[in-house]
Amino acid sequence: MPEDVPAIELDGVVKEYLAHGETVQAVKGVSLTIGEGEFFSLLGPSGCGKTTTMRMIAGFEEPTKGLVKLLGQDVTNVPPNKRDINMVFQSYALFPHMNVWENVAFGLRRKKVAEAEIKQRVGDILEIVDLTGREKRRPREMSGGQQQRVALARALVNRPRALLLDEPLGALDLKLRQQMQTELKRIQREVGITFVYVTHDQSEALTMSDRIAVMNDGLVEQLADPREIYERPASKFVAGFIGTSNLLSGTVDAVEGDLLVVRLGEHDRILVPGKAAAGDTVDLTVRPEKITISTEQPEAGLSMVQGTVGELTYLGTYNSYAVALADGTEITVFQQNAIDSSTTAERGDTVWLSWRPQHSYTLS
Amino acid sequence: MRRWTPYWLALPAWLWLAIFLVVPIAAMASVSLTTGNLIDGFTQTFSVSNYTDAIAKYSTQLVRSLVYGGVATVIMLVLGYPVAYWIAFKAGHRKSMFLFLLLLPFFVSFVLRTISWGFLLADDGILFGTLKGWGVLPEDFHVLATTVAVIGGLVYNFLPFMILPIYVALERVDPRVIEASYDLYASRFSTFRRVVLPLSLPGVFAGVLMTFVPATADPINAQVLGGTGNTMIGNIVQTEYLVNNDYPTASAISFTLMAVLLIGIFIYARALGTENVLEAAAR
Repeated sequence: MPEDVPAIELDGVVKEYLAHGETVQAVKGVSLTIGEGEFFSLLGPSGCGKTTTMRMIAGFEEPTKGLVKLLGQDVTNVPPNKRDINMVFQSYALFPHMNVWENVAFGLRRKKVAEAEIKQRVGDILEIVDLTGREKRRPREMSGGQQQRVALARALVNRPRALLLDEPLGALDLKLRQQMQTELKRIQREVGITFVYVTHDQSEALTMSDRIAVMNDGLVEQLADPREIYERPASKFVAGFIGTSNLLSGTVDAVEGDLLVVRLGEHDRILVPGKAAAGDTVDLTVRPEKITISTEQPEAGLSMVQGTVGELTYLGTYNSYAVALADGTEITVFQQNAIDSSTTAERGDTVWLSWRPQHSYTLS
Repeated sequence: MRRWTPYWLALPAWLWLAIFLVVPIAAMASVSLTTGNLIDGFTQTFSVSNYTDAIAKYSTQLVRSLVYGGVATVIMLVLGYPVAYWIAFKAGHRKSMFLFLLLLPFFVSFVLRTISWGFLLADDGILFGTLKGWGVLPEDFHVLATTVAVIGGLVYNFLPFMILPIYVALERVDPRVIEASYDLYASRFSTFRRVVLPLSLPGVFAGVLMTFVPATADPINAQVLGGTGNTMIGNIVQTEYLVNNDYPTASAISFTLMAVLLIGIFIYARALGTENVLEAAAR
């Protein structure tokens, strides 16, 4: 969470490019603050402006409008070699003509740190990333995971104010990626440096981050902690991008206290917290694992809709049902494979779906 | 059977090399160790006197060739590197156009191009004649038939062979690596010195080889643009072979030049660290 002086502050940052004679806005006005020691993720699909945003923090791009502040100081026009921020590149960008030790010592040498201290710090950081004994290796003699750790050490050894990571795990296979996620989190705790992590992988962002900014089309759609982003997506885009979501659209029938009563089909009755008037059309979302599937009508007080089971997929720890509602909307339901799961429905069955009102949200 | 296919496919090339490279060199080696003349015929004596005589007689021209070739190569490196750098990093989408412009002179014969340079540099030619007419240059100013003209001609003729390999090496440098250097507090100059230059050394190495060897052995530039005091070793070989018909001496000089160049290249490769160069090239 942001401290008194945030590590990084973006204030109305806009980036425009000239492409084929036309001005294109890659970033359309982003303002956010990243606290000291925070693990902050910029999450979004490719082309959403997350990489451009990060490159503006690093200093590789100058914003068309807006300010970039580092620990309260305006660094908008400061070149990257004068910013106390380091970056881990997607392709690692290690110096191919230098060995591991020379790669890691590069930044300290440019800062004219005393040779004895360089020796100490490079040795220490190589120990943290578990590369002791490989100082003389060339980057191309190492595996992807090892190169990744060299890139991390090369940046962290400078003790930057913040570390920017551009999809650093993208080139690794699944197993190694999961291992490195834990590793990154451990290293971040150990060194206590602010991490700004750019990724399009939602599970990666949810696993590691303290807070996430979900970006779409050059704007931040939602900025919150992982639980909030997952449980209470603020927009249709966030709900669709993070995990599997069911999107429903209906007309408000009545307002009962804090709850809206939304009707889809004849027997359907959806209760959802929100603010709207009777007659308004609202979009709402509910996660597949929050829905209970049954053949009997659920108790009153729950949201309930009726549908027909379509596809049933066995996925090991859970089953996934695709249930078609009367209006054609398809709802995904996850059901845990518990021992007593007796309510298994078959393809073609008419079933009731129900969930607690507080597990669904209206979307803007 | 199948594993022999590559060898069969390579056979024509091997035969071609054997017949047109190995055989002539062997024949030349044999000729260089004969004595005699065109009228009485040559006899294989295995006497090395052709070599000792040729070196004694033409050491001035040999040394001059190495100096001209060396100076021209240094000038080409100084002129060519920035051009290669500019095309690789700054030319944007017009890269291929500039590369084409670089190769455009090759559509005209090497000899013709050198002769046109002769016209251009002539004392009363379009360039100096005009400048003298305006009084910008003194009347007795001349370039043609001087060392400057010969080295200038060599630089002009071989410059693309310096630029292209350096360009290829620079083109292969990952822009992210350059960004990483800026990110790690290196200045523009420091980034060039520590990252870009070392990564382009394989190209520099190739460029120097591809220009120094032909420039040193070249007879055309000295013949067309040089005066009596600018004779290079290539001219001597030409004269001995075609005018004096002294085949043994011509062969001996050719071999001497080859040996000197090979030794020079070997020392150069050692100095630059072939291993590092090849390592960087093999990444």
